[in-house]
This record gives sequence, structure tokens and C-alpha cells, in this order.
Amino acid sequence: MPRLLFEKTGNAIYISHLDLMRLFQRAFKRAGLPLTHTHGYNPRPSVSIALPLSVGVESHCELLDFDLVGEQISCEEICSRLNSALVDGVRILSVYDSGAKIKNLSLLDCKVTLEYDNGVDPSAVSQIEALFQQESLLMEKHSKNGTKEQDIIPMIRSLSVSLQDANTVVLDARICCQNPTLNPAQLTGAIERYLPALSPSFSSCCRMEIYDLEGNIFR
Amino acid sequence: MTELLKRILPTVQKPARYTGGEFNEIKKNLEDIRVRVAFCFPDTYEIGMSNVGMRILYGVMNEMDGVWCERVFTPWGDMEQAMKENSLPLWALESQDPVKDFDMIGFTIGYEMSYSNILNMLRLAEVPLHASQRHGLRNMVFAGGVCTFNPEPLADFVDFFSLGEGEESTVEIISLYDKAKQESWSKEQFLQEAAKIDGVYVPSFYRHEYNEDGTLAAIVPLNGAPKTITKRIIENLDKSYYPTKMIVPSTEIVHDRANLEVFRGCIRGCRFCQAGFSCRPVRKKSPDLLYRQAVETLENSGINEITLSSLSTSDYRGLRELTDEMIPYCEQNRVSLSVPSLRADNFSRELMDRLQTVRKSGLTFAPEAGTQRLRDVINKNLTEDEILTTCANAFAGGWSNVKLYFMLGLPTETDEDVLGIAELVYKVIQAWKENAVNRKRGLRVHVATAYFVPKPHTPFQWEKQITPEEYLRRCKLLKSHFYSKSVEYDYHAPDLSRLEAVFARGDRRLGPVIEEATKNGAKLDGWDEYFNNSYWLDAFEKCGIDPDFYTVRGYSEDEILPWDPIDVGVSKKFLLRERKQAYAGLVTPDCRHGCAGCGANKLLKEALCDA
Repeated sequence: MPRLLFEKTGNAIYISHLDLMRLFQRAFKRAGLPLTHTHGYNPRPSVSIALPLSVGVESHCELLDFDLVGEQISCEEICSRLNSALVDGVRILSVYDSGAKIKNLSLLDCKVTLEYDNGVDPSAVSQIEALFQQESLLMEKHSKNGTKEQDIIPMIRSLSVSLQDANTVVLDARICCQNPTLNPAQLTGAIERYLPALSPSFSSCCRMEIYDLEGNIFR
Repeated sequence: MTELLKRILPTVQKPARYTGGEFNEIKKNLEDIRVRVAFCFPDTYEIGMSNVGMRILYGVMNEMDGVWCERVFTPWGDMEQAMKENSLPLWALESQDPVKDFDMIGFTIGYEMSYSNILNMLRLAEVPLHASQRHGLRNMVFAGGVCTFNPEPLADFVDFFSLGEGEESTVEIISLYDKAKQESWSKEQFLQEAAKIDGVYVPSFYRHEYNEDGTLAAIVPLNGAPKTITKRIIENLDKSYYPTKMIVPSTEIVHDRANLEVFRGCIRGCRFCQAGFSCRPVRKKSPDLLYRQAVETLENSGINEITLSSLSTSDYRGLRELTDEMIPYCEQNRVSLSVPSLRADNFSRELMDRLQTVRKSGLTFAPEAGTQRLRDVINKNLTEDEILTTCANAFAGGWSNVKLYFMLGLPTETDEDVLGIAELVYKVIQAWKENAVNRKRGLRVHVATAYFVPKPHTPFQWEKQITPEEYLRRCKLLKSHFYSKSVEYDYHAPDLSRLEAVFARGDRRLGPVIEEATKNGAKLDGWDEYFNNSYWLDAFEKCGIDPDFYTVRGYSEDEILPWDPIDVGVSKKFLLRERKQAYAGLVTPDCRHGCAGCGANKLLKEALCDA
């Protein structure tokens, strides 16, 4: 099945996962690229997005699998036709005939931006670094089966903290994104829970790149 | 987008409704713009984006050179609170600029219970509420839509109303504003000139005088304003603008589909129905043009559902021709075609079979009344026989779900009529027992009753509304007569419909009530999450207004009505005649079986009424 790599930025980050699926289905139609449909009682256009992205999160590495009816259209052609049928903020970066098995998608580079309106505490960077160097860090995980404590340290492969400007701290982390999954929002959550004095005025998150278990870029 | 909004958006529900940026949204370069219009819909994004009138007028205004029309919707409660806490004024979606910076602020109003939203939106925009507090041309507030056929409750807040269909008049109004702005007119001068445009009503040019009993003594036109204002219509819909590049919402809305308006007006004349009278005369679009517009709209939007809309789509003369063209196209392109408000006639049954997309669950009837006698009174030409035959056929075809809608509190209604509903439902169940192909699947009959609201410009515009207590008594009486487990009965809570009745036939004295209620916290009244009757009751009390004056009192035939200066085409003489017919239990055949002489054809200069 062909796959495309896209980014979600700007105003488009507020579009939910389900709405984004519908948006793509319509964009394919507008681009004159008819999708095949699933069989069954309620046929649906065959598009699927690899890892659902939370509302409000930016990404430069989203994957979407799709399947077209009819004759072969070149990947370049699909890419340019789709881009002219899409909204601002959703942009196709590349289209290719087939990709790696989604189940092998394991790691994610994310960037968490912490904004401090009253300036960054001089010891913030070292305190946050120390926090994530602990042996274990318990965070609450909410699921269908209730809430439980979960150690997030094993899911963080690397993490660096830097001062971007007088009001902004940036975390660059490589974390597990599938089996098990760490929601990057948990990184901010850990700071709020264990270093409450360093709770940011606002934080945002961005997916930068995805990898397989060996650390090869995943496509 | 501002940094502030960026921080607020992640904290509210469904943030995508506040960002704009959808496909086919219209952006313009501010340097080329002379008139900026904030087009406000006084309800949420999901409701407003489904509104066909708004889709049309958004396109009409943006077709104009030098004019940029942007959309504004009512924020949900969480966003409203965040805006207040952060002093973030209401903005328009396209440019994200504050509404208070706009030249004109237009509202389209289709529901009386959105009046609180209008005031709240003006407040959130930091625009003075009262027309008299806004000086100069900036922030000129105008409004249109079916509610403005009685605009009086909003007279304090709106500078002028645009009555009837807006495709042409909106252009005339904005062109005049453009001229006024370039020539630096005063607001007074602009309103004087605007009042000369057909269909424009400037409430401040009329003085209302009252009798001691509270009824109107006189409506006095000032400054040479016209005595009556006649609504505007589009004579030739085929030549009129219709948007085929609809904005495709990036988030789900209530009616998430393309819309094809097949004709305007109605031939039926159900005596309770405001749209049925106030949208006359009947004008149709040609099937060929509709087909072209359908294809264009679908291709420009990528949407996979389209609906043929009108007040009564079965009555569209070109329905067979249009569906013959549409069905193959839709099948080929995986588009589902929906044809709502079909009547229970043979052609419709056949059409239903051809529309494969019709799910086997939905079969809806609105008999409105339980007995033939009362259906004759309200002129709802739907017989028990038609309902039962259609049900029998549907059950035989595998349907197992029926919805039946009624009203309670209709003029002349007795307990016998109320129980007639139970009897009709019983017969539907019998029909299922006799015809169902799969009785194991069971039957669901969903019955709903609404509380009758008398509306202006209908033969029932003088009627009393029954009291909420009496309405509830009738609901309970009915409920006690449903014995089958298959029946699910819902009745609308009466408070909202009572308020709707007050504002539908209200006068200018209600302005302070709306203002007071919104100060108490009234907002988003159409939503159960927010509706609070006590905000309104307290406001009536504080303003010394008795809501019963507008509801259970009823209006006398020789009384001056607040909406008398507004002419929707249908004459008062005709409405009175229809009222007499109602009380005599006599039906008026639909317009195709002979013109009943409603008077709306006088609005047509070149064509004839196409009923």
C-alpha cells in the first residue's frame, strides 16, 4: 500500500485525528484521486494514519497509508495534486509506493518547549536534567482500566535540556512511541509533579522524527 | 494567531472551530479592502457552518470588489470564559482580527432563542450593545433571517434589518455603505439612505405607542420612513448567485454535507408554519442547472454527501428529472444523496427505493396532530391512510424504525385529539404486526411532541399559547395511553417553547428583558447544557414584563401587531380567512389545486408564482 509522509503545523494542529482522516478523504477526492473502499456493511475510504496525534501537537513526521482505485499515478503527481487540495498547515513531504511495517515503528524524537513568562529560573536546566537522570520516575497513566503509576524512565532513550532564550527551555528527547508508548506531554507532567516551582506558564510539543527499534529513520 | 489565543486553544473543547483556515475559506489582501463585514451567526460553529443562508451570503459579499466578509460564531462556554479571563475580544475567523475593527457587523437569525447569543457576541466583541450608543459608521449592526420578520425584540440593538432573501439587497446595502464611508457620511445620513432600499427596515425610524392595557396604540413612521416594508425576493433563482465553492469544515459540523436548494416557497399552507407563508411565492430552479451546481460543489469540496433541500422537496416539479441525473452520478462517485421531507406519496416511495443510501432505519412522519379533524384545522394534508400505507410498505421492506412528530396545544385541540395520537401509534404498531418481514428484530416507534408556538405571518398569529401546566397535563395524559414497549415517547420541556413564543410575537419592550437575561448569565439557550429558565424569569420580573401577555393572552384580530409594518407578501386578509377556515375545520387545498389568493404573487414583477 502506498504511503505518504506529511507534516501538521500552524492552525492545522488543532484538527483532531478523526477530523484529519475525513479531511484527507475529501482532499483525495478534490485532487481527483479516488480511494478504494473497505468492504463490509459500511464501506469506508481506505486511509489510515500511523500514530494518532494529540490535538495541539505539531508534527513533521506523520505517516498515512492509502490505496487508490484505477491506473498508476506517479508519486510526484500524487504529492503535488494533494498539496494543492489540502489546507494550510497540512503538507505532504513525500509519497512512496510502500513503507516499513507500522508495527516496527518504535521511537520518536520530540521537542518540548517550556515557556516561562517571568523568566527561566537560573537552575532550571540543571534541575530538569537531574530529574530525568533519576533511576525511576513514576507518573500516573490513565487508561480504560483505571489509573496506575508507571515508570517513564525506561521509555526515555535520551533527553537533553537547553535554554533557548531568557523565557524558554527546550527538551529534546528520544522516547518510545509504540509498545510501550510514552505521551510526550508526560515529560512536562513530570516537571509539574516533581519540580512544581518549575511548572511552565505554557508548554507545547512537536514530533520531529520517527525511528525503528535500531534507531534507523522509519519510513 | 496571537500568542494569547495559542495558549487558550489547547484548553478548550474542539479548538478547530476557532481557527479558520478551512479549504475554500476566502482570504483577501487588506490593502484592496474598503468595507470589512463581520458576518455573525448567533450559535456555535457546528450549527452556523451548516446554514445554507450563511453559505450563500458569504459568497455574495465576497464576490464584491473591495469587500471582505469574514465569519464569526458564538464561542462555547469554555472559550467564552477564557476570553473573559484573558480580555480577548471576539475575533473573525479569516483574519483573526477583532470584530470591533470591522465596518459592518451582520447577523443572520433563524431562531428566537439565539437572541441572547447576539447580545453576548456584541459584548464579547466589545461593541456597544445599543444602536443609540454606536455613533458614526463603524460597527454598523444589521440583521436578517426568518426571525427578523418580527424584528421588534431586537430593535434596541440593531441599526437596521434586511428583510427577505439577501442575494441582491445585501449588495445594494454594502455598496451604499462603501459610498457613505468614502464620502464620510454620518450614521443618520446612511440610515436615511439605507431605508430607501427595498426591504430595509430601520427600527429607530418608528415610534411605538401603547394603550393602557399594554397593546399597541400606534406605530408612527418618522423622518418620512415608509409605512410598510416589503421583504425582498429573488425572482429568477436560475440567474441568482449560488455558491459552488463551499467552505469545507476541517471539523465535524451538524449537517456535514453539500446542499442543493431546489426551490423556494411552499405550496402546502400548513397553518402553523411560518416558513410556509413567509417564504412565498414559489420559485423553482431548473433541474439542469441544479445538476451542474451539484457536480461543481461536490468536485470543489470533496464532500461525499449531498442533500436536496427545500420546505417540501416532494413538491419540486423537477424532482424526477433531477434525481434521474443525480443518482447515477452519485453512485459512480460514491456520494450519498439524501432527499429529506418527502411526502408519503407513490413517487416518493419509489424514489426511496432508488436511493440505496437510505438506511433501513429512518422513516419519519410529522402528522403534527392525532386526529383527522385537527389535521384539517391546521391544514396538514397528511391522512392516516397515507401514513399507514407507507408504514406497511416500509415494514414489508424491512424497516423497523418509525419516528412520529406531533404538536400539542394546537388551536381547538381537545383531549380527544391528544388521545388520537396514541390511537394512531397503535395502528402503526398493528401495521407492523401484519407486515413485518422479520418480527424478531422488533419495532421501535419514537413519538415526540412539541409545544405549539404561534408565529407571526401565519393564520395562527393571533392564537393563544396554552399554559406550560396545561401542556404538561396533555403530555402526561398521552403518556399514560401508550401501552406498548415498542413506543418511546419524548416531549419537549415547555420552558424554552414558552420563551420562544414570547419573542416570536414580542415587541420593543422585550429589549431590556434580553439585556437583563444575558446579564444574569443567559447564553446558548438552545443548548440544554446552558439553558436556564430562571435567568429569563428574573429578567421579566425586573423589567416588569408579564410573559403571559405574549403567550396565553392571545392577540385580537383588530389589535395592531408589532410586525404589522412588515409585509412578507401574504396578506393579512388571507391569513384571517385561513384562520376562519381553520376554526370551521375546513382545509385549503395546496396551491397546485388552485390558487388560494395568499397575495404573495404580487412580489413577482416578471414571472408568475410557480406553485
